[in-house]
Amino acid sequence: MKLNKDTNNKNNIYKYLPIFLLIIIFLIFPFIINAYWVDVLFFFGIYALLGLSLNIVLGEVGLFDLGHMGFMAIGAYTTAILNTTLGIPVIILLPISAIAAGAFAWLVTFPIIHLRGDYLCIVTIGMGEIVRLTLNNNPFGITGGSNGVYGIDFPSFGSIFIVDNSTKFYYYIWLIVGLTIIGLVNLQRSRIGRAWNCIREDEIAAESTGIDVRYYKLLAFVLGAGLAGLAGNVYATKLMIVSPESFSFMESCMLFSIVLIGGMGSIPGVLIGAAAISLFPEIFRTFAQYRMLIFGTAMVIMMIFRPGGIWPRKRGAVEFKSLLLKTGEDNG
Amino acid sequence: MAKDNNYNIETMTETERRNKEIIKSDEVVLQTEKLTKKFGGLIAVNNFDLKVSQGQISSLIGPNGAGKTTVFNVVTGIYKADGGKVIFKGEDLAGKKPHQIIKKGIARTFQNIRLFSNMTCLENVMAGQHCRSNEGTWTSILQTPGQKKEESEIKKNAENRLQQVGLWKYRDELAKNIAYGNQRMLEIGRALATNPDLLVLDEPSSGLNDKESEDLMDFLKEIIKDNLTILLIEHDMNVVMGISHWVTVMDEGKKIAEGLPEDIYSNPQVIEAYLGKDEEEKE
Repeated sequence: MKLNKDTNNKNNIYKYLPIFLLIIIFLIFPFIINAYWVDVLFFFGIYALLGLSLNIVLGEVGLFDLGHMGFMAIGAYTTAILNTTLGIPVIILLPISAIAAGAFAWLVTFPIIHLRGDYLCIVTIGMGEIVRLTLNNNPFGITGGSNGVYGIDFPSFGSIFIVDNSTKFYYYIWLIVGLTIIGLVNLQRSRIGRAWNCIREDEIAAESTGIDVRYYKLLAFVLGAGLAGLAGNVYATKLMIVSPESFSFMESCMLFSIVLIGGMGSIPGVLIGAAAISLFPEIFRTFAQYRMLIFGTAMVIMMIFRPGGIWPRKRGAVEFKSLLLKTGEDNG
Repeated sequence: MAKDNNYNIETMTETERRNKEIIKSDEVVLQTEKLTKKFGGLIAVNNFDLKVSQGQISSLIGPNGAGKTTVFNVVTGIYKADGGKVIFKGEDLAGKKPHQIIKKGIARTFQNIRLFSNMTCLENVMAGQHCRSNEGTWTSILQTPGQKKEESEIKKNAENRLQQVGLWKYRDELAKNIAYGNQRMLEIGRALATNPDLLVLDEPSSGLNDKESEDLMDFLKEIIKDNLTILLIEHDMNVVMGISHWVTVMDEGKKIAEGLPEDIYSNPQVIEAYLGKDEEEKE
């Protein structure tokens, strides 16, 4: 019994070794690359966070959401407006903008949550566009129209520690991404995550297995939007300016392809997808004009050869092979 | 092992045994009163009365399109009844949603198997435990001790159920990859994992071979000993006659007969519904 436990621990160490290595590499990265690439990696972090947030809605529950940038915009503008007008510290606005985005998501998806597939997709596109256009039209003179809101503070923990340069922002975003990943992995392994996956697989069966489909869909939207709001907050403080064109439909499509490229419902997959979207354009800057062409081709090839994404979520893969053999024996 | 298809001879003694059981337990678990369901102009279920007694296997039979599955869907809350009542353990189920009904203790399976195909067998059965657990989002994100404890309990129960339906060795296999017969059993396992009082099976033996049907019958006989009631729709007469304590026959949305399996088997009205009136046979 004891021996068994020991080998288990050993396996765990080997299993987590790559993750530890990855974390160490991430920690020392800013010291070996220049400030430009640190910024690139920061935006990789933002896209990773956004990808993870959309992954809840699209990957885990299978709800098509092409207006996800709308939720991020709500978070970003909440931060921007409250910080510039009332002077509330950005760090306090971090949870507030998440809650604002989540509440907004609840409000707009509550009446449409029963829609399926493409219908929901179209409504979310509309929702995202309405948010962008509303911000553009400067309601009550608070969003600054197409100029946006500028002069947002840096995040600071009192006056002791201020996140004011690229390296600090890099750690700041990846700390948030790291915590988010831990939370989402826990969620995936809980009854909530299972309920979400059940809904994705078969809604009617999920409903008659005792899962409140409506509740869990709304939960996914609210959580996803909340995370997007969080990303919006960090984004706003980094750029110090928010303007409507940052939250265009194209960006929502980008997020959509992060999840599709990486693998629906797979957290490492989403990170890879985010890397693909944010890093490759930087690496291949010389081919910038062919970017969309290469992108489209890559998507088509992906859909043919790896329809599940680059790193699809594996379930019970450990004993997969041996079991196949066993089945064969039984049948034969 | 080969079971004779000649029910009349073989089931005579069993009939007496069942009669006794029926007298012993006449407590009604599920009851529909004048149940009506319309789809546009089509009346799928018409003033239908059904009684399911505690601890028995009741069957609902009828030709294709008789409205059997519609009755099931109304009982389990997928459709809303246009008239009449569904009473489960003395409580009217009107307006209840499927996930609420399953919490009350009615679990079901589907005619065309509906599994969570890209999830493992164990996860499928664990999903069945969903309505019997209640840890929330935050406790799941933070993995509180209470959540961990509940999760391990869910897993333990699911493993027991998986062993009960004999699919333990496929626990880490994706549900879509296992054989058809096993998928049926997995669906029953998932329904059982909700700890139901009434198990509603929609054609459990369709697509199964003789041996598998036989195993299924043995399995159903075994599980009703565990304070469970079963209501099933079935086309396979071997299964219906072999295990039912009570049979209700339905045609064109109406009840045309009910009784012990033997009586139903020789009921001319039932034969007519199934085979139609045959001129030659009349002579």
